Amino acid sequence: MITAVELGLIYAIMALGVYLTFRILNFPDLTVDGSFTTGAAVASVSIVNGVNPWLATALAFFAGMIAGVITGLLHTKGKIDGLLAGILTMIALYSINLRIMGKANVPLLGEDTLISPLRQAGWLGSGPAIGVLFLVCLIFVAVIVWFLHTEVGMAMRATGDNEQMIRSFGVSTDNQKILGLALSNGLVGLSGALIAQYQGFADVGMGIGLILIGLASVIVGQAIFTQRYIWLAALAVVLGAVIYRLVIQFALMAGLEVNDMKLISAILVVVALLLPRWKGFQKMVKSFKGNKPQDAPTKEEVGSNA
Amino acid sequence: MLEISNLSRTFFPGTVNERKALRGINLNLSAAEFVTVIGSNGAGKSTMLNMVAGKLQPDVGAVRIDGKNVTKLADYQRAKYIGRVFQDPMAGTAPSMSIEENMALAYARGRFRGLGLGVGARRRKLFIDELASLELGLEHRLKTKVGLLSGGQRQALSLLMATFSQPKILLLDEHTAALDPQRAALVSRLTDEIVNRHQLTTLMVTHNMEQALALGTRLIMMHDGQIILDLDAEAKSKMTVKGLLGEFEKIKGAQLDDRTMLQ
Ligand SMILES: Nc1ncnc2c1ncn2[C@@H]1O[C@H](COP(=O)(O)OP(=O)(O)OP(=O)(O)O)[C@@H](O)[C@H]1O
Ligand SMILES: [Mg+2]
Repeated sequence: MITAVELGLIYAIMALGVYLTFRILNFPDLTVDGSFTTGAAVASVSIVNGVNPWLATALAFFAGMIAGVITGLLHTKGKIDGLLAGILTMIALYSINLRIMGKANVPLLGEDTLISPLRQAGWLGSGPAIGVLFLVCLIFVAVIVWFLHTEVGMAMRATGDNEQMIRSFGVSTDNQKILGLALSNGLVGLSGALIAQYQGFADVGMGIGLILIGLASVIVGQAIFTQRYIWLAALAVVLGAVIYRLVIQFALMAGLEVNDMKLISAILVVVALLLPRWKGFQKMVKSFKGNKPQDAPTKEEVGSNA
Repeated sequence: MLEISNLSRTFFPGTVNERKALRGINLNLSAAEFVTVIGSNGAGKSTMLNMVAGKLQPDVGAVRIDGKNVTKLADYQRAKYIGRVFQDPMAGTAPSMSIEENMALAYARGRFRGLGLGVGARRRKLFIDELASLELGLEHRLKTKVGLLSGGQRQALSLLMATFSQPKILLLDEHTAALDPQRAALVSRLTDEIVNRHQLTTLMVTHNMEQALALGTRLIMMHDGQIILDLDAEAKSKMTVKGLLGEFEKIKGAQLDDRTMLQ
């Protein structure tokens, strides 16, 4: 159970990246399946070749960013549909990832990684590791929330919100999309690097279906927590990622197999998408939140409507 | 200040749908001139504004702002010089962002956007002062998401956002058309105040003859991609709604004549 939470917290960094594209930029980016593995591959190969694990993880972030930039360029300059642009990069990355790794699997046995201090201290699978990983997630949440309140971050939010309007104030929405995709896939690559170090190997197939995990985390988080503030929304993504892992864990304990998990992920996303529309659930949430419906206009606001 | 020369654009050239939207428009606005633009549907008013803003490219012709040729610049590149308010009250603001955040987006018009906070204490004070000038009480609701405002409130905010960062040119395309009469009058009054206060060079499209006569220092009438009437301040002050309608009738009559002649 604790392992599930640990995994959830590491995947949460990837989910935060997905949050940036799906929710902030309003861009359905499928690059993540590829860039996650790219991050894992770059970090693992670097570590095996004696690179400091911190630097190796940073390299994974940059590799992910490059993948995001490529999708961004295909979409904005190449005028290719966003979904297709992401798929193209994702498929191309499969070959590139194999090139980076040289084989389908790179083990990290006995190597020094960012996770090994936790392992040596005997913290893995117990409370302290969760504390450390949660702290890491909080730092990422804080940085993202700060970024989204800077001038450039606000321009990015406006790009996802009303493109024509922010262009009329002098922002190149193309550049904002490329930047957003770069940051998002950077986070995804970094998450991949950490997962590889956590599980002790990088595998060329480890990113397959990952977008569903990211989406599930974002959607589950948002189904449960209000969207009123950005910091709450970002925190909800982290908790969504953990909840997702716990659901998977329960499914495994209930006798399902690892190979069934993609199906479970898909069903979970469908449920998380449909559940909030179901009246009974809305009532439940309402009473849970003390009867204050999220984002509904307050009395004063309704009163002043024309 | 704004110089439009020989602006032409044909949509779907060489097909059955060919449509000459602009036929060599020439128009010069000196600084602080406020021109109201009227004309029937499809006359080319929006097309002209879209070309000034850079949303559409002309086939031939040029747009100069303050002597600088901006014809080849993309819309976001000339946004530094141009403030816009659209017909749709939803179009000019970011609905999921707060009032103060929308003001901050507008405040940074045409400047480099870096890693500084979008809304700091000093800016918030400036935003409060500006919002107070609308007299809608928006200055007390800085954290309210703009999507929750009424159409009239949003349009007033759009107008403020388009103008308080002092662009060289202001483009208004039927910006009161989607509002109820009361709100339309309000936004109309605000437009007059703001344009005068900032001495903005303005092009305002409207279908409301009274508004076209009440506001501005010059009036042009467009038809079929051409400017067919250009009234300076004096002629405009003497013009009446009836007189304008008479001009419209004349065009229709002329068209009939053309047709009869063709037969
Ligand atoms: N993007 C476009 N593609 C094809 N045709 C267009 C396009 N934009 C405008 N047109 C055509 O050009 C002509 C002028 O249109 P425009 O929108 O400028 O008219 P308008 O004067 O603004 O009319 P209205 O009062 O109805 O807003 C119309 O016949 C229109 O169908
Ligand atoms: Mg129009």
